[in-house]
Parts: sequence; structure tokens; C-alpha cells
Amino acid sequence: MAEVRAEMVANVWKVVVKEGDTVSDGDTLVILESMKMEIPVLAEEEGVVAQLKVAEGDVIQEGDLIAVIQ
Amino acid sequence: MVGVLIETLGPVLVANRGEIARRVIRTVQRLGLRAIAVHSEADGDLPFVREADEAVLIGPANPAQSYLDADKVLEAARATGAKAIHPGYGFLAENVAFARAVIDAGLVWIGPSPEAIDKMGDKINARNLMEKAGVPVAAGTREPVTDLSLALKAADAIGYPVMVKAAGGGGGIGMSVAHDDEGLAKAFEQAARAAARFSGDALDGPAVLLERYIERARHVEVQILGLPDGRVVALGERDCSVQRRHQKVVEESPSPGITPELRERMLAAAVRAGEAVGYLGAGTVECLVDADRQDFVFLEMNTRLQVEHPVTELVTGLDLVELQLRVAAGESPEVRPASTGHAIEFRVYAEDPRRFLPGPGTITAWVEPGGAGVRVDSGYAAGNTVTPFYDPLLAKLCVHGETRAEALEKGRKAVDAFVVEGPKNNLPFCAELLDNAEFVTGVYDTGLVGRMRA
Repeated sequence: MAEVRAEMVANVWKVVVKEGDTVSDGDTLVILESMKMEIPVLAEEEGVVAQLKVAEGDVIQEGDLIAVIQ
Repeated sequence: MVGVLIETLGPVLVANRGEIARRVIRTVQRLGLRAIAVHSEADGDLPFVREADEAVLIGPANPAQSYLDADKVLEAARATGAKAIHPGYGFLAENVAFARAVIDAGLVWIGPSPEAIDKMGDKINARNLMEKAGVPVAAGTREPVTDLSLALKAADAIGYPVMVKAAGGGGGIGMSVAHDDEGLAKAFEQAARAAARFSGDALDGPAVLLERYIERARHVEVQILGLPDGRVVALGERDCSVQRRHQKVVEESPSPGITPELRERMLAAAVRAGEAVGYLGAGTVECLVDADRQDFVFLEMNTRLQVEHPVTELVTGLDLVELQLRVAAGESPEVRPASTGHAIEFRVYAEDPRRFLPGPGTITAWVEPGGAGVRVDSGYAAGNTVTPFYDPLLAKLCVHGETRAEALEKGRKAVDAFVVEGPKNNLPFCAELLDNAEFVTGVYDTGLVGRMRA
């Protein structure tokens, strides 16, 4: 199981995956936006998206849980 | 003279935020004019709001509902009795419809004519126009590319690598380099999307531009000033080759990478470019320089005051905002372009110094360096919060010395003395750059930051 957390304060611009999706290492899970920059959050291992904790339009803080990959 | 300015322009509404709003307010007030700030809910505590003679809240943090909302800005102008609007850079600065609306509302637009903004705002049109005016341009598409299959064909004709840009974008947003067909597909989508989201342009089909990408080029730009009597004056050049994500980090003047002969040719071409569009006020002609061949091509023209204008101010002794105001008031001041010494600007960004990822946060300590030849244009102070809603520029640390070596030395001391605590920031990167042999010797190009992080 891997927890994917936010590295910075950001707005959630786009949610690319949904719970139950199978992802590979390097796949984009969500796209964050901060300071006019798009920051894709990538899966770092293969697995299934067990939990997705953010929705488009959310403002998230550094360390917030974005997704759990199992 | 000042009386005429006050009568024609005052009060001036500054349609921007942060350091540039503060910078414009400073000159407006020095000339005896009232300065009116507009701000979002996120920016109420920033210095520019406090320093303005009057401030108007125009909406929430989201720029689309505040700084990019032309109606709200115009309403603030009406409500406060402003006679003129200075847009700064970014946001509405190069928005043709806004410039027209300002003029239609009977206000003075402190910027070039909407027609000139329009001609230069579309990079493809601009390039075709420049070619006609005898300004050298890079090999690239002559028509907007609106779908991927056309982009692939164009790339095939130009040859990889190609630079993909949004036709109407700016500030490095939506620009990327493609080395093959797969990369082009990605770059194409990114350019179209970014232009629509960040520049306030409507997305009526993705219009992108492809250009031959010149590896190891220098990015050198010429500051021009168009006067109401028809003259266009070149005020020297700035070297902006230190970039990350195609966005500038450091600028210097004069450029250490061009010969006096090339400088003369570039300045003459920039004047021709300005004359070709009947340019009025401050503008910049951006070029790519092949330092080995000492040759250049036109990249684009910025029809506004730029972030890096202090570098030109430090070597020429001019106040570009004052010149913008005088030109907007119909004056044609005598401008004698002379260059003295060497100036360098370091952009202090709220981002981590290794990967350059955004680092918003609350500023717990803020101490600016000072002394002879040091100028800091900042947008924040201790206690302010840097939010994720706007660009990451915290301050511009500018130094001026008689020689480049002296400017570098002042830069070193000033970077060390600048204290910013709270948000992540790139001051450690600036220090690293000042120890970098390529940068210190002046023999660098737009690939420098990439090599430092390879």
C-alpha cells in the first residue's frame, strides 16, 4: 500500500483517475495547480487506486493525503 | 509639466498586484499623482494596498474573478474617479479588449495602442509582420496550427527539435520543446490548454505556433520606447538566458554574449519593429541569439512594461514608468540612450531551489539587503502570506556596478544578506549560480539551469 501526499499548498485542478482504476508507475493521478504552474502527481508504483481523497477545486495543504494505491 | 500630467492622468489606477503594483505606485506618487490600487481578498495585507492612496477590493483570490475581470477593474476606476489605468505586466496588460474598454470609458490607457497590442499579441502575425519589416525571424509556421496532424506535418518540415508555443500566450506559459512526434502531441495539448487557462484568452480552438528550437541560444531582448512624435528609441538590451521552464530567473545588461556590432544590428532591428506597428510607450523586442555565429532572430514582442525593466533603469538612469506616463499624457520627452556600468536582476521566487516547485507559505522573517548599487523591488513583507493563486515572484534583487565583476560581487553580498523565512525560496539557487563558472564568465545560454540540475 502506498500513500500519495501533497508536496505543497495547491489547488486540485484535475482528477485524472477514479477509485478502482489500475495504475502503473509514472501514471498521472491528479494535476495540481499552484502559482501558475501545473504539477502532475504521479503514481510511484503499480496497483489499484483504493482511495481518492481529493476533488477538483479543492485547496490542499502540504502533507494532505491525495490517494492510496494498493 | 507635472501640472499637465496631473490634469491628464491623475488619479492613476494600478490594475495589478505585488511588486509591480508597488513599483508603479512609487513613480505615480513621486510625480504628484494619486495612486489607486485594486486588490483581491487574498492580497488585502500586502504592502501595495497599504502604500496606495486608495485601495478597492475587487473580488476573491481567483484571478479570473478579480485581477482578470475587466468589468470590476473599470468599475473601480469609475467609483474612485481615476483618469488613467496602468496595467503593470501580466493579467490585463496585453488584453486588447480591456485596452479598448479603458479608452472607450474615456480613461487614459497607459500602454501602446490596442491595435499595436493586437498585432504583436498573436505571435504568428507578429513574426510575419517582422519579416516584412526586415527583422530576421526563426524558421517556423506561418499560419496558426489548429490540429495535431498539421502540427506533425509542420514539425516534419521544420525539423526537430521544435519549440511549441500558444499563439497568444506569454511569460513562458504553454511553451515546451518537442524532440519527436510523441513529444509534440504532449506539447501541443499543453500549449493550447495553458493559453486558455492562464492568459485569460478564450479557447476558441487550440492555435499554436511551431518554431525551430535553437539549442544553446542566448535570449537577448531590446527595450524600446515609442514616442508620440513618431520616434522609436532603443534603450539597450538585456540578456535573459538564465531560465527555468522557459521563464526567466536572472537578467543582465549589457549582455556579455554579444559584440558591439551585433548589439547595433539588434537595436536597429528593434527600432524597425517598433516603427512597423507605430508603437507607443515601453515595449520589448525579444530575440534569440546564436552566440557562435553572432546572429539573431526575432522571437516575439512584449507590448508592456516587463518584470526585468529595472536592469535597463539601472544602466540608463531612466525611470521607465515615468516615461510611460509622460508618453500616455502626449509628451515626447528627449531620451538620450546612454549605458553606464552593468546591472543584474535576480528574481526571488517562492519555490524550492532544487526542483523549482512552488512553495507558498507565510513569511516569518523578511530582511532586504541595501547599500549603494542595490535595489530591491518587492511585493511582500514579514507577516504576509504567499498564496498559491498568483505567480511565485516575491522580489527582484537588482545590483549595479561599474563593471560586470563589480555587479557580481555586489550580487553575492546582497543574495547572502537577503533573509526570507517561511516560504521556500530560490535564494540558495541564486547563490549557487553566482558560484557557477559558466555564469561568472558570462559564457552561458538558455540551457544553463538545465545543466546545473542534470
